[in-house]
Amino acid sequence: MFRVTDKPINLQELVDYVTDPEAGAIVPFIGTTRNNNEGRTVIALDYEGYREMAEKELARIGEEAKKQWSICKMAIVHRLGPVQIGEASVIIVVSSAHREAAFAASRFAIEEIKKTVPIWKKEVFEGGEVWIGTQSGQPLTAVK
Amino acid sequence: MTVRVKFFAILRERAGASEISKELPQGSTVGDLWRELQKDYPKLAVPGIRLLYAVNQNYVAPDYCLREQDEVVFIPPVSGG
Repeated sequence: MFRVTDKPINLQELVDYVTDPEAGAIVPFIGTTRNNNEGRTVIALDYEGYREMAEKELARIGEEAKKQWSICKMAIVHRLGPVQIGEASVIIVVSSAHREAAFAASRFAIEEIKKTVPIWKKEVFEGGEVWIGTQSGQPLTAVK
Repeated sequence: MTVRVKFFAILRERAGASEISKELPQGSTVGDLWRELQKDYPKLAVPGIRLLYAVNQNYVAPDYCLREQDEVVFIPPVSGG
């Protein structure tokens, strides 16, 4: 299961999806929105995505993980639109026969998401807003 | 030929549009398209950022040759997660 959604992500649905009689471990990762970044108080976050390509990239990450580790199933769901502080912006759940593979695949997936999946986060803080950009290593200042 | 261009995030704000069509000479590359669009939308270029190019939802190199009705997206630094 690899998708983007405008609604809150249901963790249990993802856990149920990866549950497998051959699995001895299920590893969930929940990325949540923080109320501060680089010394600023963050009021709100808004995610924008190139939906069709984002879902293709998530699926590609899943395929890549399956080649590298012996995992049973993987689910990744990323939130789009406004996300309240403390809510889940992304959830990754992986099942595997032995826990090492699920931990490794989960770590790989979140690092890849941050590099290649066309989703952008706008941070609204006291006195301004910014599109966060990680590829350049520099936050981008939104133009008014 | 005509290609379709979608803008997202900072580029959508700078272009003031989400989706446009653009006429290009046959044989144009995705890099050529980016140079043309900067003439149409002078505020589009963001100094110091590295853009990636996607055609029909796959990453491509700047010298990728465009075809009629391709869907092109310029990908500013991503920040999901």
